[in-house]
Amino acid sequence: MTGTTHLRGRRGALWLGKFARLVLTVAVTFFGLLLVTFLIGRIVPVDPVLAVVGDRAPKSVYDRVYIELGLDKPLWEQFWMYLQKVFTGDFGISFLSKRPIVDDIARVFPATLELATVGIIIGTVVGVPAGIWAAVRQGKWPDQLVRVLGLVGYSAPIFWLGLLGLLVFYAKLHWVAGPGRIDIAYEYAFTPKTGLILWDTAMQGQWGAFANAFSHIILPASLLGYFSMAYISRMTRSFMLAELAQEYVTTARVKGVPEWRIVWVHALRNAAVPLVTVIALSYAGLLEGSVLTETVFAWPGLGQYLTNSLQNADMNAVLGGTLVIGAIFVGLNLLSDLLYNVLDPRVRRRA
Amino acid sequence: MIHRRTLLTATVSALMLSAAPVTLWAETPADTLIQAWTIDDIISLDPAEIFEFTASEIAGNTYETLIGYDPKNVADIFGKVAESWEISEDGKTISFKVKEGRSFASGNPITAEDVVFSLTRAVKLDKSPAFILTQFGFTPETVDDLIVQTGDYSFDFKMDKPYAPTLVLYCLTATVAMVVDKKLVMEHEVNGDFGYEWLKVNYAGSGPFTIREWRANEVVVMERNENYAGDKPAMARAIYRHIPETATQRLLLQQGDIDIARNLAAEDIAALKQDPNVTLEAGVKGSIYYMGLNQKNEFLSKPQVRQAMKYLVDYQTIADTIMAGKVEVHQAFLPKGFLGAVNDTPFSLNVEKAKELLAEAGVPEGFTVTMDTRNTPEITAMGQAIQQTMAMAGIKLELIPGDGGQTLTKYRARNHDIYIGRWGPDYQDPHTNADTFARNPDNSDDAASKPLAWRNAWDIPEMTAKADAAVLEADADKRAQMYVELQKESMETSPFVIMFQEIEVLGERNNVKGFVMGPSFNDNSFAKVTK
Repeated sequence: MTGTTHLRGRRGALWLGKFARLVLTVAVTFFGLLLVTFLIGRIVPVDPVLAVVGDRAPKSVYDRVYIELGLDKPLWEQFWMYLQKVFTGDFGISFLSKRPIVDDIARVFPATLELATVGIIIGTVVGVPAGIWAAVRQGKWPDQLVRVLGLVGYSAPIFWLGLLGLLVFYAKLHWVAGPGRIDIAYEYAFTPKTGLILWDTAMQGQWGAFANAFSHIILPASLLGYFSMAYISRMTRSFMLAELAQEYVTTARVKGVPEWRIVWVHALRNAAVPLVTVIALSYAGLLEGSVLTETVFAWPGLGQYLTNSLQNADMNAVLGGTLVIGAIFVGLNLLSDLLYNVLDPRVRRRA
Repeated sequence: MIHRRTLLTATVSALMLSAAPVTLWAETPADTLIQAWTIDDIISLDPAEIFEFTASEIAGNTYETLIGYDPKNVADIFGKVAESWEISEDGKTISFKVKEGRSFASGNPITAEDVVFSLTRAVKLDKSPAFILTQFGFTPETVDDLIVQTGDYSFDFKMDKPYAPTLVLYCLTATVAMVVDKKLVMEHEVNGDFGYEWLKVNYAGSGPFTIREWRANEVVVMERNENYAGDKPAMARAIYRHIPETATQRLLLQQGDIDIARNLAAEDIAALKQDPNVTLEAGVKGSIYYMGLNQKNEFLSKPQVRQAMKYLVDYQTIADTIMAGKVEVHQAFLPKGFLGAVNDTPFSLNVEKAKELLAEAGVPEGFTVTMDTRNTPEITAMGQAIQQTMAMAGIKLELIPGDGGQTLTKYRARNHDIYIGRWGPDYQDPHTNADTFARNPDNSDDAASKPLAWRNAWDIPEMTAKADAAVLEADADKRAQMYVELQKESMETSPFVIMFQEIEVLGERNNVKGFVMGPSFNDNSFAKVTK
């Protein structure tokens, strides 16, 4: 009895220590992220006052805004003031939109989230089977095909692919709708709640609007999916090759287990563990907002917002956006660690 | 079982894909005008603050000014909200009468009280465009005594000097002088802000359209104003969609998903010329493209070098090829269409003449200078063309690319050698450009006013005096002559290589009729558009 309690206490302390370390790591990561972004923003030779008052403002207006933005204070003091505010959950006001950063990000992030989610689903659904196929047929034509497709996905500029995709699927074949998230005709057919148009329209049973939104998102999402597919399929291939060379696979084959079962159940289950991290990181990459994709497809997402803010030296917006992206990366990393635990009993036991 | 689930998902998405095209192919609705435009420059919808191209155009279609002019003939000035006006003997007071029986979109009547409120509010808020009004001697403290209501439909406008009446009236056509609905705005006042926090994202006007919604970097939705005093627009709705990429705008236009594309690059214009469903329209704008030569540079400060530079630009070729008709050659600081504008173009590419001038200046072998070049495709292409022609006379021009904020920051600090840029007038009176190209009251580094002449460190006390005198000349003809002289002098001596005047080109579907393009963006009107 006493033994188990003692053990439980030790395990609790262990967890607590682990948790404290985690919090510390996250805090240091965010602090570093903010510091570096802040400094970059101040080194960029762009006058933030210009973004607010424009080129023509008389000196009195310019000076007033200069002081309003706190630019007359030393750099460290500006940063310290910013940190204090962030701790109270106040990310400041965007110089450009003059609205709270939190509101701005809440408005642009769902567009990116929706696009990235559909993109990563496509990338995974296509990439994982393609990688398995390439691994099983190693060195044969399917392997080469997947490799070539992956190579094109890696190296072709997304900007160019996007325009080409629009030209072919939108302008010539008329398979998909053009740039933007939804047609004007459907714009007011539903009440935006989450900002995720597919979700909102489906929940409200507006299937016409849903189909329209789907025909808008499918091309840019496929494009992003193609990019993540390139990476996911390559990684799947190498994980699967490693698994298929293991002794348990040979054993299973000797025992007469059907080949599809060996590949799709035994080997894939083991390869899935590192694959989760790969997919999570690809997803995080897409969630940053792909500036070029968003530009070509007139997608009002985080990527466009951040670029525009950076070009106008709207530092509150840039810092806020960076924090969101940082949180996504850290969050997805933690999540994939957690999934590791679930998927791999060995990790669980070690803990 | 992973593979079954995967299969299921794949099948579902395949089904969805094949089902999707059924819902496509909606033409734009018949009562809605949809335009594609890059609208990421909008920072406010409050007329007291609006100073950007897109927001000006929105204001021009949703608010009314006291005074208006015919966009096809800017000399024709008439009252919009104003019924009539009278100038006092000493030329310092203008008494306005306001039209009776008109109302705002809200239903509130438009009275002199609203006009006085709008003008004093703009002065008190003191945002970027406030100087257009405060140059007549108003300050936030004194304005209540100077712009005074004298009756329900009349008020006085008292200035510190007898300014040229045309100057005053043209300034009152600017967006900063637009009439806002006092009652509605003051309902939303917070901490004595004159409703600024509210109005920057809302609407309180009387123009042909009302603003329903603005989502930054996404869309602006306007609706027909049923209380508009003039002819009601045919369109029930007018929408701007933010489409940053010009090739995308072109595709959308060709597919009929938008009615008008507002940002077209040279290659898009070339492609659209072949499209039977699309019409291209062009309108002369007031913006000018120029190079500013910093007089702090030892070479550029020599008068002959400044002149030589003006012979080292291949004006016509740039206008015809690189800009594909989006500019025309113009070499005076007043754009075509302004009172007293000089339309002569004495300079053309002449390498021999430039070499002679350089020899006179004592630099026969040429020299090396840098030019800060905004990284837009057009400015970059212009810069490269100028680089080539300068090289013919031995001048080595190094281009420093940067984005708009970067190059402008450097320019405003006078840290450039040469800056290539674009300047648009703030209102329709010649003083707006004379004020910046031909006036420099204080050339010291910490000067209070920093016009373009200051930015290029061009110290011109005599010219400044002449420009100041022109502001007070009541006789329009004499005043025009004064500006002609200023422009001629500037052409010969100034550090400004003025090259082009902008032409706005838009592409519209053939069924779209009635879009009016005026000299400034707030004159662009779609109130009469039909389709």
